[in-house]
Amino acid sequence: MPDIRIRKFAGSINSPNPFWLASAPPTNTGEMIMRAFDAGWGGAVWKTIGEPITNVSSRYSATDWNGQRIMGFNNIELISDRTVEENLREMAEVKKRYPEHAVIASLMVASNRETWHDIVGRAEDAGADGLELNFGCPHGMSERGMGSAVGQVPEYAQMITEWVKEKARTPVLVKLTPNISDIRTVARAAKRGGADGLSAINTINSITGIDLDTLTPRPNVDGKSSHGGYCGPAVKPIALNMVQQIMSDPEAALPLSGIGGIGSWRDAAEFILLGCGTVQVCTAAMHYGYRIVEDMTEGLDNWMRSKGFAAIEDFRGLSLNRVTEWKHLNLNFKIVARIDEQKCIGCDLCHIACWDGAHQCIHLDRVSGPVNGHVELHPIPAVKEAESRASIAETPVTRKEREALVQGPYPTPLARIPRVDETECVGCNLCSLVCPVDGCITMVRVDQGVKPETWNERTKAKSCAPTTILSQGL
Amino acid sequence: MSTATLPDDPQIRERFSELKPALAAQAAVIEADRCLNCFDAPCTAACPTHIDVPGFIKRIASGNLRGSALRILDANILGSSCARVCPVDVLCEGACVLHRQNRKPIQIALLQRHAMDAFHASGELPPAALPGSRKLRVACIGAGPASLACAAEMCRQGAQATIIERRPLPGGLNTYGVAEYKLRAADSLREVEMIRRMGVEFRFGESIESAAELEALESEFDYIFLGLGLGAMQRLGIPGEDADGVMNALELIAAYKTGHIRELQGTVVVVGAGNTAIDAANAARRLGAEIVYLLYRRGENDMSAFDFEYEHAKQEGVRFLWRRQPLAIRSNEQGRLLLDTVQVQQVDNKLLTIPDSQFTIDCDLVVPAIGQSPLAQLIEELRGIEVRDGRIVADLANGQTSNRRYYAGGDCVNGGREVVDAVAGGKRAALAILKTAEESHA
Repeated sequence: MPDIRIRKFAGSINSPNPFWLASAPPTNTGEMIMRAFDAGWGGAVWKTIGEPITNVSSRYSATDWNGQRIMGFNNIELISDRTVEENLREMAEVKKRYPEHAVIASLMVASNRETWHDIVGRAEDAGADGLELNFGCPHGMSERGMGSAVGQVPEYAQMITEWVKEKARTPVLVKLTPNISDIRTVARAAKRGGADGLSAINTINSITGIDLDTLTPRPNVDGKSSHGGYCGPAVKPIALNMVQQIMSDPEAALPLSGIGGIGSWRDAAEFILLGCGTVQVCTAAMHYGYRIVEDMTEGLDNWMRSKGFAAIEDFRGLSLNRVTEWKHLNLNFKIVARIDEQKCIGCDLCHIACWDGAHQCIHLDRVSGPVNGHVELHPIPAVKEAESRASIAETPVTRKEREALVQGPYPTPLARIPRVDETECVGCNLCSLVCPVDGCITMVRVDQGVKPETWNERTKAKSCAPTTILSQGL
Repeated sequence: MSTATLPDDPQIRERFSELKPALAAQAAVIEADRCLNCFDAPCTAACPTHIDVPGFIKRIASGNLRGSALRILDANILGSSCARVCPVDVLCEGACVLHRQNRKPIQIALLQRHAMDAFHASGELPPAALPGSRKLRVACIGAGPASLACAAEMCRQGAQATIIERRPLPGGLNTYGVAEYKLRAADSLREVEMIRRMGVEFRFGESIESAAELEALESEFDYIFLGLGLGAMQRLGIPGEDADGVMNALELIAAYKTGHIRELQGTVVVVGAGNTAIDAANAARRLGAEIVYLLYRRGENDMSAFDFEYEHAKQEGVRFLWRRQPLAIRSNEQGRLLLDTVQVQQVDNKLLTIPDSQFTIDCDLVVPAIGQSPLAQLIEELRGIEVRDGRIVADLANGQTSNRRYYAGGDCVNGGREVVDAVAGGKRAALAILKTAEESHA
């Protein structure tokens, strides 16, 4: 049975599983965190502690998509609105009752050495297993010179990390903001400052939308809004990329707690495959409650079992070396789309997607007879559509008429099953991405009979290589 | 002049509560989001009026309800009644590709209704060309769906259209003949009112029955569209058919929809197994009849009613008597009807009576529902218009009859199909008339 425990993360942090709650509303109080641990969470990063603030109402807004709530989530809430004493008293209580779980104190105070020394000491005295320096919060706090105002300037980030390390006895994690042109610059600064680990990413600056009746962006605070921090499923691809950037950079790489749109064990596995040692979750728990962790732990366990991984470390980072620069990709690798006629339901989305969004090589000519070749040889989609709208259709009112609607060899009438012109297909994947049926369109490798060759190799091989600027730009 | 309305009858409203209630606004958006937005969508192709189904559905998803309704009306001016009466199982929803993924098809009819209800509630009209911008006058005989579609298209394009109807209310079978739990007469009238406000003129209580009346029409109008529908229902051709207590299916349906019958009791026998027979049988149940038989001379597998209609009738409690033929209708001393029937069997496509299988059903009402006979008498007087098997011969693509000034569409041409087929026929004729008129002026 796989072991999903975390041992000695960033030096000395242990937890029963890699699933931590991120520093956010779900970790606002000791009572909440204890319920979360009961539900199965392995750790919790306390809602950021510092000088208590005053929040506004309302605080959240979301992006819904295609009938689903909260594809992306946005907040303008600040750090804890409760006193340092209150938070730390509860933290001590939680640690007493849950000694095996990871409790991380997220901290944010004014940029002053003594203030940082003071808060670090008090948090560790309360029993924190580690510290997370909030250099990421993109709204409100940054206007007061904290949060991402620190995280966007490598020198500040390094300086404060150094102050904290002067005092800290537990591992120090620096939480990074994605609101910067290259996240590695601050990751490197944190590493230079002596950080034991990193957390990434914090939320992304966002305006989720505007109410088209009131013309006020959301969330609406008495007729005005302010940019917030974006998170939830929508940001996962951005987070994965930043995680990969950090973990592939020797000057930046540290034990990393991955954050950004994680809502299932699948998401978690992906972050771990790119090198994360633990993962942090917020939006999904805010959406569905702490109970989501049950499937996360079970699912991860089952997947590890099926893959033969005995421990998290067995697969951590395994996908890192599969991300490379574009110039190292094999130019001679060719795939083409194949449509499974038995699975095709005849929506013909692949056809229109290929025509309007790709390379005009998926055609509806199985009945009229296949034509391979260039665009001009095929009727354009609009013509096809006009034809069927000009045709005369009648309601099949008699039984005979209904029975006359005969079927061909496949579940879908042949005229609606598209055909891929493989001579023109560039293997872009678009059709397989729009196809609503699993396994209907597969991308199949076609042997080109040539050796692999990358852009790098091709341009190096030729003395008349394009200029450096061009090759970098492409 | 506003088109007439019907008094609201709470008892009928309660007994004929809608079979498929409207979608709530959020449910409509969720359903609309399920639509795959197929290219050259099979639902659109299957619709006789080729409504851009994914187009109007995606407009619902985005909250563009007005655009959605206009998209529907652009193809089908009776989008509201079609959303309620279309046999979508064999049309758009039957063609939905999701069936092949073992998923529920998109509820196209309910979505269409959602958009149309919002549009009708807004009181808006579809955009139309300036009235009189085309010097063209067309008379449409009959105020059913075919004529309404033809006349509305004329008005949309700036021509003048007049509908001539012998009955007091417009809408044809939409008003008089569709089961109330599918389409309320009031909703049919609301839709016609929109068409009237678009500029279509109506003349009610006017029959065209003589050559002189036809001549008068020809001198007043450039073209005449025949949207006559079908004639009276076919007779059973058995003794006693004219007794009190025998009322054909369309009479029964029209009677309860216009408030002339509010209640039935006892036993009702409907003869026939088409969709109208089912409507009549279900109506009899809902009006209070304890026992309703549907009597059919052939078997279950031969009935022409749609499968979902048959299933519905079973749920309503209609009992089916298969392979049974009516012989005669008599009355007893108490004034009840006695329907003599006999069992038949089919041998080589012929129905043979089975000896000693007669039995008599005591009942209160006999409802013949064996199809409508095509309206022949007027048509034969018309100038050189070919009629075959009681149907007006007209080009399916443009409604052109053998007389160049006469066009036709709907049941009088196709022998009796759905509302949506009549709308498609009426619109195709209108477009053809407009084109011909333009060419002759050019």
